[in-house]
Amino acid sequence: MTALTLRLFDPLISLGRFALLLGRAFRSTGEIGRYSRNILDQMVHIGIESLPIVALAALFSGAVTTMQTAHQLVSPFIPVSIIGAVVVPSVILELGAVVTGFLLAGRVGARIAAELGTMRVTEQIDALEAMGLNSVGYLIVPRVLAGVVMFPVLYVAACVVAIGGGIFVGHYTGEVPAGEFVAGAREFFKPFDATFGLIKSLVFGFLITAISCYKGYYTDGGAEGVGRATTEAAVTSCVYLLLADLVLASTLL
Amino acid sequence: MITVENIYKSFGGTPVIRGASLEVHEGETLAIIGRSGSGKSVLLKNMIGLLQPDSGRVLIDGTDINRVSYRQLQKIRQHFGVLFQGGALFDSMSSFDNVAFPLRTFSSRPEAEIRHEVQECLSMVELTDVGPKFPSELSGGMRKRVALARAIAMRPRYIMYDEPTSGLDPETSNTIDELIRNLATRLRVTSVVVTHDMHSVLSIADRAAFVNEGRIWWSGTIPELHLCTDPVLCDFIRANEYQIGEHLVPVRPED
Repeated sequence: MTALTLRLFDPLISLGRFALLLGRAFRSTGEIGRYSRNILDQMVHIGIESLPIVALAALFSGAVTTMQTAHQLVSPFIPVSIIGAVVVPSVILELGAVVTGFLLAGRVGARIAAELGTMRVTEQIDALEAMGLNSVGYLIVPRVLAGVVMFPVLYVAACVVAIGGGIFVGHYTGEVPAGEFVAGAREFFKPFDATFGLIKSLVFGFLITAISCYKGYYTDGGAEGVGRATTEAAVTSCVYLLLADLVLASTLL
Repeated sequence: MITVENIYKSFGGTPVIRGASLEVHEGETLAIIGRSGSGKSVLLKNMIGLLQPDSGRVLIDGTDINRVSYRQLQKIRQHFGVLFQGGALFDSMSSFDNVAFPLRTFSSRPEAEIRHEVQECLSMVELTDVGPKFPSELSGGMRKRVALARAIAMRPRYIMYDEPTSGLDPETSNTIDELIRNLATRLRVTSVVVTHDMHSVLSIADRAAFVNEGRIWWSGTIPELHLCTDPVLCDFIRANEYQIGEHLVPVRPED
């Protein structure tokens, strides 16, 4: 096969390798007990350390959404409580998960790919394997697990802060009193929206960590390769995050 | 014993190993020599299952490592200590934790015993005071010695060295050679050393295997290497600034 033909098959080859790596990761979950310390470390790196930036982004998103909704909807014929009824579902259904997802694709995805990529090019992954350790179980499983567990936590935190930011800005700019905002939100609140948001954050958590682990684990080409893997991890995670968002909305809503 | 039987390995359609066969006997130190890019390191990685050959077999004590389950391969690998070219120390851990890593992972020994064992490994490589230092704080030679301490922590039966002296000054290279020699006698291990440094070969190896055109071009004992008349091997040795004849004369001063 010529090099050009091989390149045409690149996406399929990547997909196959990704599936095989995931398969290996799932088979390694039996050894979780051995890597429990690693899982806790990753939960701190992925979850706790991301909390400040997620909260900051959520605060501003909630505040801006409230101001824009007030600007678009408020008229003498529409009650101001409608602002809460629009902002809260927007945050729960879309903003909370997507803003968190994009931020973490950059922060967590890039970090994972750079870390594993450097370990690959400096033969640290080979060293783990040569010792008789399952490198996938040791490096990938804890990161993906931590992502799946911590993303929903971050999503909930993002929603709380964004809604809080919306109430605060709405109240102090005089657009909507806090009580009206909450009343509007409660009137139109559907519990499934929260379930949908949680499912979404779980899927995003899995996608971002799994894609970044894959990009980092199969890095080649030295420092340049690590740079490429890091960029690809962040960009590919964002693209698949948007695709997953569409698929989930069309199937679950 | 390690047996390599007629292995082939290509990367992206480019053949690197083309029918290499080799035996490493119990207790000996075998040097795999050859030019850069000749496939020495690929051969070494095939011997521990880090790479799978396209065809051919690699037998460790009679077991074909490419036909066993991953779990069995992990068990087999626990008999190996590997010193990688750049050391491959875990940069997120101190030197002490690097050496302790395999002990903490694979043994259920109490921490006090592990600490004692780590100190002993570090003293074997003559580095007792670098425990708290991180790999980024160590020189190239020290990094390789800490990596060697990690490789011997589980008391392996086989130690594989990938270019142990590359990038080191002659004096540090001599120290590493001496360590390899001492460990081979003290721990009675079987060693495979991939190198293009003929001085190392002469000072540490019992036998040498010359890799050329993807296969074992020549193999024999060190006295046989002295008498070898193969033109390709002679060219390689001359390129290492040695003269072939009755004696191989190293340019690097003997330690």
